[in-house]
Amino acid sequence: METSFTPVSALAGGALIGLAAALLLLGNGRVAGISGILGGALIRPREDGGWRLAFLAGLLLGALVVTLAYPPAARVALETPLPLLAAAGVLVGFGTRMGNGCTSGHGVCGVARGSRRSIAATLVFFTVALATVFVTRHGLLAG
Amino acid sequence: MTARPLLALVCGALFGAGLAVSGMMNPAKVLNFLDLAGAWDPSLGLVMAAALAVSAPAWQIAARRRRPLLAARFETPTRTDLDPRLLGGAAVFGLGWGLSGLCPGPALAVLVTGLPGALVFLAAMVGGMLAYRLLPPPP
Repeated sequence: METSFTPVSALAGGALIGLAAALLLLGNGRVAGISGILGGALIRPREDGGWRLAFLAGLLLGALVVTLAYPPAARVALETPLPLLAAAGVLVGFGTRMGNGCTSGHGVCGVARGSRRSIAATLVFFTVALATVFVTRHGLLAG
Repeated sequence: MTARPLLALVCGALFGAGLAVSGMMNPAKVLNFLDLAGAWDPSLGLVMAAALAVSAPAWQIAARRRRPLLAARFETPTRTDLDPRLLGGAAVFGLGWGLSGLCPGPALAVLVTGLPGALVFLAAMVGGMLAYRLLPPPP
């Protein structure tokens, strides 16, 4: 699926994500890392009065409200074939728990904090993802 | 509902709205950012930049405060070492992200589209998270 550069919505959406991270930190003292929040909810669902489940429910609600108010936001393409998509899901779940974070926890919160670990992790996952896309779209295996 | 889960709900809603507004819920848009050699879509870079610009001052404020408004203490990471698990995990995640265009936040948000692939990815991701628990804990 071709997509075009959307600077205004990218900045607006990014600002909302940053605001969410700032409020969760200053209010609850927590890092808005989705893999950590989801991982914690899976393992200890009742801990801390269920704030993790509340956050995850809110995430779905927020995305739902935007797509209802602006249906084009729901026009998305999952281009990866299902078996590969499932394999990628396992890698994302396993890797984010092993590396203690994902795009939000390391890439946004950790980098904003100036954390050495998060900056290193972010460089690694971006580099590997860039290389992966290059190989699948332009490498010998590409169609 | 007490204050902390309520704030978490609000923050989650802002986060989910941000993903949908920014287009990051669309794996194709993410993959097009990662595809420097193709029809590059720089949007993800601006999403990250805006999120960093808005959230970085909160860390400055937090550093000067003893506790957050609604909790007894800040539950923030303290480690600074670069260990193989961190870097290996980031590499495994990067591979899955590059294959799919989905990371954990968008993987949840995209459920609202009702696409079967979204459910497959989420189930697999949860499976991967639980599978990591089977490994011996880090020393």
